[in-house]
Amino acid sequence: MKHLLSAGDLSRDEAQLILDTAEEMRSLADRPIKKLPALRGRTVVNLFFEDSTRTRISFEAAAKRLSADVINFSAKGSSLSKGESLKDTALTLQAMGADGVVCRHGSSGAPHLLATSGWMTGSVVNAGDGTHEHPTQALLDAFTMRRHLGALDGRRITIVGDVLHSRVARSNVLLLSTLGADVTVVAPPTLLPVDMSTWPCVTSYDFDSVLPKSDAVMMLRVQRERMNDAFFPSAREYTRRYGLDRNRMAQLPDEAIVLHPGPMNRGMEISAEVADSTRSVIVEQVTNGVAIRMAVLYLLLSGTNETEEPTA
Amino acid sequence: MTAYLITGASIVGGEVADLLIDNGEIVATGTGLDAPADVTTIDAAGLIALPGLVDLHTHLREPGREDAETVFTGTRAAAQGGFTAVFAMANTDPVADTAGVVEQVWRLGRDAGYADVYPIGAVTVGRKGTQLAELGAMADSAARVRVFSDDGDCVWDAALMRRALEYVKAFEGVIAQHAQEPRLTQGAQMNEGALSGVLGLTGWPSVAEEAIIARDILLNAHVGSKLHICHLSTKGSVEIVRAAKRRGLEVTAEVTPHHLLLTEDLAASYNPVYKVNPPLRTKEDVEAVREGLADGTIDIVATDHAPHPVEDKDCEWSAAAFGMTGLETALSVVQHAMIDTKLLTWADVADRMSYAPAAIGQAADHGRPLEAGAPANIVLYDPRVERTVVPEESVSLSRNTPFEGMTLPGKVVATFLRGTPTVLDGELTR
Repeated sequence: MKHLLSAGDLSRDEAQLILDTAEEMRSLADRPIKKLPALRGRTVVNLFFEDSTRTRISFEAAAKRLSADVINFSAKGSSLSKGESLKDTALTLQAMGADGVVCRHGSSGAPHLLATSGWMTGSVVNAGDGTHEHPTQALLDAFTMRRHLGALDGRRITIVGDVLHSRVARSNVLLLSTLGADVTVVAPPTLLPVDMSTWPCVTSYDFDSVLPKSDAVMMLRVQRERMNDAFFPSAREYTRRYGLDRNRMAQLPDEAIVLHPGPMNRGMEISAEVADSTRSVIVEQVTNGVAIRMAVLYLLLSGTNETEEPTA
Repeated sequence: MTAYLITGASIVGGEVADLLIDNGEIVATGTGLDAPADVTTIDAAGLIALPGLVDLHTHLREPGREDAETVFTGTRAAAQGGFTAVFAMANTDPVADTAGVVEQVWRLGRDAGYADVYPIGAVTVGRKGTQLAELGAMADSAARVRVFSDDGDCVWDAALMRRALEYVKAFEGVIAQHAQEPRLTQGAQMNEGALSGVLGLTGWPSVAEEAIIARDILLNAHVGSKLHICHLSTKGSVEIVRAAKRRGLEVTAEVTPHHLLLTEDLAASYNPVYKVNPPLRTKEDVEAVREGLADGTIDIVATDHAPHPVEDKDCEWSAAAFGMTGLETALSVVQHAMIDTKLLTWADVADRMSYAPAAIGQAADHGRPLEAGAPANIVLYDPRVERTVVPEESVSLSRNTPFEGMTLPGKVVATFLRGTPTVLDGELTR
C-alpha cells in the first residue's frame, strides 16, 4: 500500500490489517506514555483545503503519537479561488520533503490527482475529497463496530441520510461490504445517486422497516440548506421521516449501536436523546479515529525508503 | 499564382483522377489534362481528395483569451486538420455580440489566410440570455453573420428562444443551440449515471440536453425558422431528432469527434483533459450518435475545438475548464469511428464534414463538389498511415487533446484554400 485514496482499493486482508494494527495502537492510549518512535524523522503534512478541525487534529494527534514531524498546511480556498494551484502546492511539499500528505479537498478526486500526477513522491492519504470518499472515517467506523459487534461478516449495517453528497457513505458502503457486512442505505430518493446499480448494498426509502433488522445504524449529517434545492420539503419533514429519535431507537435490536461521523445536527438527523444515549458510540468514534489514523500512517510510512524522483 | 496538378487522387474516395488548379479554382478534372508548362505537380497516388472541410463549431478564443488560442494559431490548426473554413464561436471576451467584434474576428481570419473564418454572433447581449443582441447589425456587417449561438450557455428562456428563431428569418439566419437545461445541470461535472455516483462528481443528466432539443424543435416548428443543435451527445437526443425529421420538422444537428469515440469511464482517472461540455457519455450513447450520423439524423461533424492553457487543465477536476481541442484530429477520428467501421463512405464524409456544414452556415465558397469551376478548396488525405497523437506536436496554442497517446488512422497531406496550399507534405506551408 502506497496511498489510501478509496476504501474500495482495500482488499479484505489489507482492511483487516489496518483494523488489527489500530487495535494495538489503541492499547497505547491506556499507557502513561502514549508515544511510539515508529515515524521518527518522517514528515507528515496535513494539507487541508477545507476547514475540518476535528479531522485535522485527529490526524495531527496520530502522527505525533508516532513521533512524526507534523506540518499543518491550511490552504482553504487557495486553489479554487485563483490562488496557488494544487500543483504548485504539491511541488512545494515535495521540495520540503513530505513523506506523507494527508489531503482534505472540496474537489472529488483531488487526492487521486496528487497521488498520480507525478508532482510528488510521498504517500497520499485521502482525508475527504468533495462528495467522493473519506476512507479513514469508514475504517474508524468499522473499527468501532467491530469492537462492539465482533466480526462484521453478516452484520446488518444501516446508513441513513444524504448519501448523494456523502463521502462517508461511499467509503463505508465499499469497506463494510469488503468486510462481509450486509449494508442498507436509507434516504429520500432525492438524496440517493440516480443509479446505484454498481453499489454493493441495498437501498430503502423506509427507515422504519429497516430498523428492526439493523445491528448498527449510522446517521449522516444532513445540511439544512439542501431543502433550498428541493431535496426535501423542510427540515421538520426530513426529521419526521428519516431522523433517529427515541421511538425509532426503541425499534432497534437490543445490542444495536448508533454511529454518527460528526458534526451532528442535533434535532435534525439525530435527536439529542439518542446522541447522548448508551447505544451511541459517537464519542468513542473520535477516540478510535486517532488509532485508525495511526495505523494508516504507520502502515503507509514506516519502513519505506523512497528514492524515486517526481516526474513533473 | 502557381498552378497545381494533383495526379492520381481518389476523388472523394471514388474514381482516380487528376485535378488541375489555377487562379484559385479547379480548372479541370479527369486524366491527361492539358496543364500549363510551369505547373507544379503533386503526386497524390493512394490519397483521397476531399472538398476542404468546414467546421461549424470552433473556439478561436480571440479576442480575450489569446493565451489559449488566436485566430492565427487556430486557423493554422484548422488547415493542418484539412479545414478550409471555420465558424468561430461567440464566447470571446468581449463577446461577439456586436458588428464590431464579428468584423474584427473576420478580418483577423482574412489576414491570417489559413482558413476562411465565419464569425458566429451571440444570440443575446453578453450571452447572458436576457436580451437579444443586434443580430441584424451582425448579419449586415462585413462578416455577414448567418449563424447565431450563445454556445457555452443555453438560450434557456423559451420566449427569448422563440423570438430569436423568428427574428433571424428576416435574413435567413440559423440559431445554433447549446442544449443544456441550466437548472438540471447546476455544478454538473460529468455524465450522470452509475459512474458519477461512485466518483462523487455532480451529474449532467441526458434529460437536460434532450428536454431543450425537444422544446426547441417544437418552437421552431411553430415559427418556421432554422434551428441547429450543437454537439448532440445522447441516444435520447438522436431519437428525438430522428423522430422530428421523420415528421418533416426542420432541424439540423452536429456531433463532435470526441462524442463519436470516447466514453465517460475516462473520468475515473480524474484527469480533467476528459472534462468537456456536454460530457462524455456511455458506450450506448456513442453507438447511437454513430448510427445517427450514418443515417443522416445527425447532419454534420463539428469539432467544438476548445483550446485551454495548461494551467486550466493541470488541476483538480472541478476547478478545470470544460473542453478539448479537435481540429487536427477530427478527420482521423471520423475515419476510425465511421469509415473503418463501415458506417460511412468517404463520399458521406465529404457530406458530413464539408457540403452539409457549408450549407447550414451558408458558406458559399465552401462545400462544393470537386468539379471544374468550383473554388479550389481541397484536402488530400492519406488513409493508409497511422499516427500516435502527441499533444506537443499540435500547431494549436493549446495541448488539451483527449486523444493523447492514442493511435489513430490517417493524415492530412495537403490542404488548399482557393488554390493556395496551406499544408503540403503534411506540414504547414508557412
